[in-house]
Amino acid sequence: MILAVAEQREGTLNRASWEAVAAAQQLAARTGLGPVRIAIAGGEVGGSAASLAEADAAEVVALEAPALGAYTADGFTAALAGLLATDPPAFAVFAHTYQVRDFVPKLAARLGWPLVTDVVGYGEPFEGRPAFTRHVFQGKLAADVVAESDGPCLVTVQAGAFQADLVARGASPAPVRRVEAAVEPSAIRQKPEPPFQEAKQAVDLSQAARIVAVGRGIKEQSKLALVEELARALGAEIAASRPICDAGWLPLERQVGSSGQTVSPKLYLALGISGAIQHAVGMKGSRTIVAINKDPEAPIFELADYGIVGDLFEVVPELVKALGKSA
Amino acid sequence: MKIAVCLKQVPARDTQPRVNESKTWLREQDATFELNEPDAYALEEGFQLRERHGGEVVVCSAGPARVAQALREALARGADRAIHVEDDSLASADAFAVADALAAAIEGERFDLVLTGLQSDDQGFAQTGVVLAERLGIPHATIIMEVAVQGDRVRVKRELEGGWFQWVEMPLPALLTIQSGINQLRYATLKGIIAAKKKEIRKVTPAAVASRQRIVRLRAPEKTKQTQIIPGPAADAAKELVRRLRDEARAIE
Ligand SMILES: Cc1cc2nc3c(=O)[nH]c(=O)nc-3n(C[C@H](O)[C@H](O)[C@H](O)COP(=O)(O)OP(=O)(O)OC[C@H]3O[C@@H](n4cnc5c(N)ncnc54)[C@H](O)[C@@H]3O)c2cc1C
Repeated sequence: MILAVAEQREGTLNRASWEAVAAAQQLAARTGLGPVRIAIAGGEVGGSAASLAEADAAEVVALEAPALGAYTADGFTAALAGLLATDPPAFAVFAHTYQVRDFVPKLAARLGWPLVTDVVGYGEPFEGRPAFTRHVFQGKLAADVVAESDGPCLVTVQAGAFQADLVARGASPAPVRRVEAAVEPSAIRQKPEPPFQEAKQAVDLSQAARIVAVGRGIKEQSKLALVEELARALGAEIAASRPICDAGWLPLERQVGSSGQTVSPKLYLALGISGAIQHAVGMKGSRTIVAINKDPEAPIFELADYGIVGDLFEVVPELVKALGKSA
Repeated sequence: MKIAVCLKQVPARDTQPRVNESKTWLREQDATFELNEPDAYALEEGFQLRERHGGEVVVCSAGPARVAQALREALARGADRAIHVEDDSLASADAFAVADALAAAIEGERFDLVLTGLQSDDQGFAQTGVVLAERLGIPHATIIMEVAVQGDRVRVKRELEGGWFQWVEMPLPALLTIQSGINQLRYATLKGIIAAKKKEIRKVTPAAVASRQRIVRLRAPEKTKQTQIIPGPAADAAKELVRRLRDEARAIE
């Protein structure tokens, strides 16, 4: 049995849940280790379980307890450990979300099972064991990874690596089974407060037609003037990768990525940005993507429509000149 | 307050790692290494907590002999002492093996707070801190952007996806994995570098290092996208790019 574990917040299914289901179905097809089951945990998850039941699955398990109403690492670890230990799957597949990052390593440690995180695909089996592909060294290399044991194994899949719309739908809804989670409220040490967003941002990059985004390749804050010049020539807004905002060189509201804004301009020009997944999720919907990077192997070129392999300090002034002439 | 900061030494960002003969790890002899960046933020957070609450900051790393250099740098930035769990196989070990090694080395010290970076720039498991918390039997929270110690409890701001945050409170001792950008980094001063020479690095030999997963093939990532790479000297490439953006992509007027 292969178990896909979905995620919800206040009764709304996280989109990444479907990616985990797709990944579990594909793993079952490759390994023959099906059937696929789906689990969803929370305070009251009937609605989410009913939507998940549309997927082609043997069963949907609604793992409920009042103590799971608000997410805590202790609560979710206890609940999932109970479920998985009772009926161990060959693989349990999660989406690599912030919540999963927060509790699944603990779950794996408690169960004593291996955990392969941030998987982007499946490799050729190795000595009969399924191999999982993940990116290492900041996306510079890909690694096929196998578990050292034949027992159950936990897997998390990277956002966007498996397409939600490839989920196989069932001919009829899968049965939903409600399971009372064994969670002792007094054993939950974290006291969570409700999630919140910081005050409304002054810059709304999602509306920008053109964006010039700058990354660590700019090296120094004083060099940002060069980027501003290019942005002016293009009539573009300025954005940045996280390290630029971390350093305080540009305000946080100009950060693009999983912990910043999501943008989809007509033109996204990335200067000295490597193209890490957390940046890519915020900009890959842009219509035309241009990358200028001195490293021909930089992952950003996997996203770009046009690329110049070169030193941005040489290319950007030339671009400003060329734009001046073309206007 | 007694604070442990666990850190890792990783291949330098600006270098392209070369793969070893068996294609299972990089050629260590060709690589240059640096302190994992999120761990540097964890270290600085440790210093700021020490400034507010007193106590000591102890840095711990599990890895081969080269790791002593990262510990020395942390001492130069201001850590009080260091623990080095030394074993060559820890260089490519998984998060379980590293967490086991760290747990065995720091368990007896009864730290009030254990800090780690949220993930490492080499294998990027994003697991070590959380597994370590489970091994130590203490509560944890991940991807932390603010830390407030209040008596025997700690209140932390967790980063969630898409610009959301959440405050979480828990009793000490606790473990936190720190997100980059939580503070502004300070680097070693000359005085710090000199002072570090006299500071202690305690060496610990781990019990058997047992990873639960292993890399069987290491290679360049697959290329799927047909990017139009515009060649030539900067001036020509720039002109050609502007032409294509205007005429082909119609992304500029
Ligand atoms: C939980 C989590 C959330 C995150 N959220 C975000 C987020 O929202 N947004 C985000 O951006 N990141 C985020 N990150 C960080 C992300 O993983 C990367 O570390 C970050 O995006 C890298 O930024 P960068 O590309 O600017 O820097 P680097 O990865 O260091 O890349 C710099 C690039 O510049 C190139 N370069 C250097 N010099 C030159 C030159 N002279 N000319 C041309 N090119 C040059 C280099 O070849 C390299 O490719 C997050 C990480 C985590 C773990």
